[in-house]
Amino acid sequence: MSERVLDISLTVNGEPVSERVEARKSLVDFLREDLGLTGSHVGCEHGVCGACTVRVNGTIVRACLMLAVQCDGATVETIEGLSDSGELADLQAAFERRNALQCGYCTPGMLAAAQDLLKRGGVPSREEIREHMSGNYCRCTGYHAIVDAIESVAQQRARKS
Amino acid sequence: MKPAPFAYARARTVDEAIALLGEKDAKLLAGGQSLIASLNMRLSAPALLIDINGIGGLDGIAKKGDTVEIGALTRHAGAERSDVIGQHAPLIARAMPHVGHVAIRNRGTLGGSIAFADPAAELPACLLSLGGEVEVSGPKGRRRVKADDFFKGLFETALGPQDMVTAIRVPAAGRDTRAGFAELARRHGDYAIVGLAASAKADGKNLKDVRLAFFGVGATPVRAKKSEAALAGGDVEAAVAALDLDPPDDVQATGAVKKHLAGVLLRRVATQLIEAR
Repeated sequence: MSERVLDISLTVNGEPVSERVEARKSLVDFLREDLGLTGSHVGCEHGVCGACTVRVNGTIVRACLMLAVQCDGATVETIEGLSDSGELADLQAAFERRNALQCGYCTPGMLAAAQDLLKRGGVPSREEIREHMSGNYCRCTGYHAIVDAIESVAQQRARKS
Repeated sequence: MKPAPFAYARARTVDEAIALLGEKDAKLLAGGQSLIASLNMRLSAPALLIDINGIGGLDGIAKKGDTVEIGALTRHAGAERSDVIGQHAPLIARAMPHVGHVAIRNRGTLGGSIAFADPAAELPACLLSLGGEVEVSGPKGRRRVKADDFFKGLFETALGPQDMVTAIRVPAAGRDTRAGFAELARRHGDYAIVGLAASAKADGKNLKDVRLAFFGVGATPVRAKKSEAALAGGDVEAAVAALDLDPPDDVQATGAVKKHLAGVLLRRVATQLIEAR
């Protein structure tokens, strides 16, 4: 059966969601327009800028390069959920402390990508941080402060564990 | 919404996907990391997308005898982490970190990269360098196509309209196998300005069976056969001088710059091949 409009059921930030969506709707448009979760940002819409980075089934993806209908049955976490759960609290505090954001447009994607690296454990080198974050554009900070913030949280978490 | 409207179907088996490909303007959706970008820009407007992500059994990586078999739905991230690939297909292991960015590698598939055949992509060049083959499934069953015969032109392959890539196979590396990989890109993870995937066998202090596959220099990955012979003879500068590439200008660089950079990469990769892997 092929359809232009489909019913999907998924879990978004821990809550069950059932919606009817057009097949051509991207995950990020679905999150923003249908669910009102506007923390995921739309930048380039072709996978280059990373502003739409969210977590699907535990791994980060480009929400502009995935269709909402592909997320039927999936678990999706956006910046709203990651923030409310407290999982990112130390990262968010470090971004603020280090001036790792200015306009904030890239920040939800930056945080999701940074947490993806940090939850692997250990203290990555600055080079590894840069490589991991290479898919996320920031036009304000020049990146050094972002690397500083991520590195400081990695060290902080390593001391605690 | 950016893409033009299309219908969507989930295929549960390879046969079902092949049957659906018989419908008008149908396209397969694997990782979608190139396809959905092109839909968003309306460079492509298919009538039907056939989602093959739910087909079971297409994402394995296994060493079978002297061959490494990689299922078409294997994600780049899975290949990057795979011990089998690390041990038995070191060229692919070296190339994976250069493919897009982490979030892209989590979705993009190896089969999709081969089928899409972007001339600046890493994996088609690796397959060509390794002398691998593509398993193609179509209405008449399965067949194997050698990498040398698979890449036909710009985004053009040996795939027919109702064919799909179901696996790729490369020779498993032996003790004497050498792999080299390098690329130049404006930003880590971007498409290469020029790249080189190379494989060879150690022959005493020399090399034999050298296969150099450049990417980003033409409509397909391109072998530099004269340079291969020169490098097997042990003369790196002769190999650079013998580079018979004629890259066209593109948005990233002029053909002359690309040709110069190809020589730079060849020297770097020659060092990797000559030193122990």
